[in-house]
Amino acid sequence: MTPLMNRYAHPTHFMRVSGIALPWLAAASVIALVVALYVALFVAPEDYLQGQTVRIMFLHVPAAWLALGGYVAIAIASVTGWIWKRPLADVAARAIAPTGACFTLIVLLTGSLWGKPMWGTWWVWDARLTSVAILLLLYLGYIALWNAIEEPSLAARAAGALALIGVVNVPVIHFSVSWWNTLHQPASVLRLDGPTIHPALLVPLLLMFAALSLLMVTITLARMRLEILRRRTRMLRLRSAQA
Amino acid sequence: MGKYAVFIWSSYGVSCAVLAGLVIATIAQLYRQRRLLRRLESGSIERP
Repeated sequence: MTPLMNRYAHPTHFMRVSGIALPWLAAASVIALVVALYVALFVAPEDYLQGQTVRIMFLHVPAAWLALGGYVAIAIASVTGWIWKRPLADVAARAIAPTGACFTLIVLLTGSLWGKPMWGTWWVWDARLTSVAILLLLYLGYIALWNAIEEPSLAARAAGALALIGVVNVPVIHFSVSWWNTLHQPASVLRLDGPTIHPALLVPLLLMFAALSLLMVTITLARMRLEILRRRTRMLRLRSAQA
Repeated sequence: MGKYAVFIWSSYGVSCAVLAGLVIATIAQLYRQRRLLRRLESGSIERP
C-alpha cells in the first residue's frame, strides 16, 4: 500500500491530477444539479400524506447523509494522517470540513422549514434535532482549531483528536429516532430491511444525492488545492524569514 | 406548490445561498492564495 500511497498521495501529483479533473467535475456538478433540481421540483409526485412539502425531503435527506458522511471522512482522513504520516490526508480532512458544516446547516434550516408545516413548530429539543445541532458545533470547533493553530501538523493532530471524539455523535444521530421518543420520522431509506419509500420519490432523492455528492467532491478538491497553496505560502514565508 | 410554496421555495433558496456562498468563498480564497504565492515566488513581497 505504501508505494501506491507514495506515488498518488504526493501533493505535486495531486495538484497536477486535480487541476485536470476539477473543471470537468465542476461542469458535471452543475449539469447534475440542474437535472436533480428540475426532477425534485417539477417531476416528482406529491406524497399522499405530506403533500408538496415532500419536495423539501429531496434536499434535507441527501444533505443529512453528506453531513454525516463528511464527518466520518474527516475522522478516517485524520487517522490516516496519524498512522501513515501523509500530509495529503490532513489536507483532505481540513478541506472537507467547510462543506460538511454547510450541509449540516442546510439540514437544520430545511428541517425547520419542513417541521413548521408538518409538526407545527420550527424547532424542538429532541434527540435527533439536538444531536444534529451538536454536529454543526463539532464542525465549527474543528474548523476553528485548524484556524487557531499556525503549525499545520500540530493543527491536524489537535483537530483530528476532536474529529475522533466527535465521531461518537454519528451513530447517536442515526439511531436517535429508534432509541428515544422523537417527533422525527424513523429511517425510510437506510434500513436493514430495505427502503420503505416509493420508487417515484426514491429516484429524485437519489438523483439529488448524486448531484450534491459530486458538488461536495468538487469543492473538497478545490479546497485541498487551496490548503496546499497555503502550505507553500507558509513555507516560503518561513524560508524568507530565515534567510 | 399550493399553501406550502413559501416553505418549499425558502428551503431551496437558503440551501442554494449557503452552497453558492461556499463556492464563491472557495474560488475567492484560491485566487487570493495563488496571487500571494506568485508574489512571494517572484520576491515582490517584503520579507517579514
